[in-house]
Amino acid sequence: MAKEGGLLDEGLEGLNHNFLTGQLENLIKWARYRSVFPATFGLACCAIEMMAAGGPHYDLARFGMEVFRASPRQADLMIVAGRVSQKMAPVLRQIYDQMVEPKWVISMGVCASSGGMFNNYALVQGVDQVVPVDVYAPGCPPGPETLMHAIMTLHEKIKDGELTKRRGAGKGAGLVIEQRDGQTGGGRGLEQPVLLSRS
Amino acid sequence: MGADGSPAAQTFEGRQEMTSAALTSAVAKLRESGAVMRMTEEASQQVQETFDGDPTGDERMIMNMGPQHPSTHGVLRLMLELEGETVLRVKPVIGYLHTGMEWTGEELTYLQGPTNVTRMDYASPIFNELVFCLTVEKLLGVEVPERATWIRMLMAELNRMASHLLFMATNGMDLGAVSMMLYGWREREEVLRFFEMVTGLRMNHNYIRCGGVAADLPDGWRDHVLRLLDMIPPRLDEYDTLMTGQPIWRDRLQGVGAITAEECVALGVTGPILRSTGYAWDLRRDDPYLAYDEVDFDVVVGTYGDCFDRYAIRLNEIRESIRIVRQVLDKMPKGDYRVQDRKVTPPPRARIDESMEALIHHFKIFTEGFKVPEGEAYCAVESPRGELGCYIVSDGSSHPYRMHIRAPSFVNLQSLPHMMHGGLIADGVAVISSVDPIMGEVDR
Amino acid sequence: MADDPATAVADDAREDAHEQPAEPELLYGAPVTWMRGQQVIHPSRADAKAVLKSARDDGFLMCIDIAGVDYLTFGERSSAEGSERPIVSPTAIPVDELRRRRSLPEGITPDRFEVVINLLRFADSSRLRVRVQVPADDPTFPTVTDLWFGADAMEREVFDLFGIEFTDHPDLSRILMPEDWVGHPLRKDFNSGRIPVQFKGDPSGEGS
Repeated sequence: MAKEGGLLDEGLEGLNHNFLTGQLENLIKWARYRSVFPATFGLACCAIEMMAAGGPHYDLARFGMEVFRASPRQADLMIVAGRVSQKMAPVLRQIYDQMVEPKWVISMGVCASSGGMFNNYALVQGVDQVVPVDVYAPGCPPGPETLMHAIMTLHEKIKDGELTKRRGAGKGAGLVIEQRDGQTGGGRGLEQPVLLSRS
Repeated sequence: MGADGSPAAQTFEGRQEMTSAALTSAVAKLRESGAVMRMTEEASQQVQETFDGDPTGDERMIMNMGPQHPSTHGVLRLMLELEGETVLRVKPVIGYLHTGMEWTGEELTYLQGPTNVTRMDYASPIFNELVFCLTVEKLLGVEVPERATWIRMLMAELNRMASHLLFMATNGMDLGAVSMMLYGWREREEVLRFFEMVTGLRMNHNYIRCGGVAADLPDGWRDHVLRLLDMIPPRLDEYDTLMTGQPIWRDRLQGVGAITAEECVALGVTGPILRSTGYAWDLRRDDPYLAYDEVDFDVVVGTYGDCFDRYAIRLNEIRESIRIVRQVLDKMPKGDYRVQDRKVTPPPRARIDESMEALIHHFKIFTEGFKVPEGEAYCAVESPRGELGCYIVSDGSSHPYRMHIRAPSFVNLQSLPHMMHGGLIADGVAVISSVDPIMGEVDR
Repeated sequence: MADDPATAVADDAREDAHEQPAEPELLYGAPVTWMRGQQVIHPSRADAKAVLKSARDDGFLMCIDIAGVDYLTFGERSSAEGSERPIVSPTAIPVDELRRRRSLPEGITPDRFEVVINLLRFADSSRLRVRVQVPADDPTFPTVTDLWFGADAMEREVFDLFGIEFTDHPDLSRILMPEDWVGHPLRKDFNSGRIPVQFKGDPSGEGS
């Protein structure tokens, strides 16, 4: 039964349904962190665990996260699940650039975070050389629980962070991206072999 | 330029990518067709005539599928030439997950080797470790204790189940049966839980080591496995209800992506794809390793060599694996789980506390590793995808001089252009899925 | 490839009686060694094609695997004091000893590269390994794709990682590395060094 005077007479108490007030910024953040759409970007072993996290046992849907978008244009979170090879790096960057702002990146597993045990010619030693990373999930591969923890950490970050975060496009994580012109050492000051770690 | 003055080989001759039909010469197309599609004389003649036709009026288009595509099982990239929805040419472009594992394998000791190879085929890691350790043991000439052999068989067969369940899940999802995705994962989780109990990890176990396995089976393993074996068969029957007899499922798979035994043999294709053509070739039976000659099981074969046969073979191989695991449970011998050779395996933990010598051996094995006599060997096992082989050259040090893995997915992928040729693009998805490539293994 | 694999084996094995080993050390005219119970034959590169063809006609219908090996630094790690080995240093082992250590038969000169082909015969589940020496100053090998189509991807892989050119291969291009990559990474003198992230053009246009 609606009150006669309504809003004009009784102020906010005159409203006959629930409401809440808050800063616009907080509302936007609240809405954002509850509806993060990840892009399906499975690369290697971690992708299997990422799929397992979306599966029935771990049920990522609890966090409003189960909708994995196949198109990067519909996604705002890129979970880099697995090792990124030199051949894949440009593709990864292109997919990142296709995603709409605001966008976040989780680097899942040690291979994506630092190259992991594969300290060699073929892998990008850390995906943060190619795209800016928000959360690093450790493990080889990280279990679904670890991935969930990473996602929750990201949620916290979105909730507490700045509303508009702008990174320079193409800047990666502030690292200079070099044009590759050969690994054989010709004229690039690579004549001195750098010994990679050996056990 | 090589260090000893050898000229560097030409960097590249062909291109990895495909150019449009109008821009490719007939010779190049034929060369490509001959290499990739294996046509008969008449068919290639026909192709040449088609190609030499009017290039401006055709409706062909080159489409790029992948490397980031939900149905390419990772980072497989396909260049497709389409006419309408019909696939005319396919060229798989791989290497997007090239990890340099063969290089890394040469930098790690034999003891660390399984850590590296287990990450190749991440859906069936036990098999990678197994083939690596079998090869090293062949080079070393050590005899593995009986219990270790049977533990390896137990883990391998459970892993085969997990891998095929993963196939069930992804195959269902690729074809639109999304609930199958959830069912497949549900069952796979149960197997993984046992793995976690035994090895401490859900994937990439590093459980099988040279000379045995890393640890004995924990208490209560038998009950856990029995529970697993009771739980999974009724769920497989559910799959039968859900998919095998279902008209939509059959329509999507039957007659799609057919291949013959001769083509498989010519292409080097092994595993379920070869068996789907009716050719019963299974290394477990035909070239027994471990103790497979002591267990009783059937080699499942198909008839038509199409996607449905490959699906049905994998489903029934899960049942055969269950049969093998039951026999393993009955026959599991008592004894040591690794060879007590202080040059190969570390001493038991308890002895390290008492004996200085054991401590030194432990230290030396984990820092320097054990030395393997000079020589080279090739061993193969039947992984869920086909023949998984390992070729190791040893120069007498504690590191492999060359470690090469013959990955079944890598070779099986060559059958893709052949199976997709002439089909619809939606059938192509079914074909990719039925090959069940694991890109980590393709690219290594 | 029209024959059924199993029957073709039996027929051909009988017919090609002249290609049966004349004496125990030779198989298809190539010297045989046994390594850990596995049969290995060592044809010269010039004979390799003919030997492989006889092997295929003798029932080795499947080419299981082709691997390349770069023997540039063979034996240095085992003789070195520590586990670190120099990336590039000319080998100083005498030829006879090298031949012994690489388990090559008499009469085969150890060269830097080796192409290792694993064959499989279905009829009796037997395997045959063919090791062919490839000199460093001429890293080429005749393609076997006309004998086994499945060798296509494997040869491309060996070409990619070792730079051994397979002459008359229908589509010899890099398969694992990007096609504009310089060098062949599994060669022992490939300088890994520091590896910069490669880019051929950043899509956003602002990077690099």
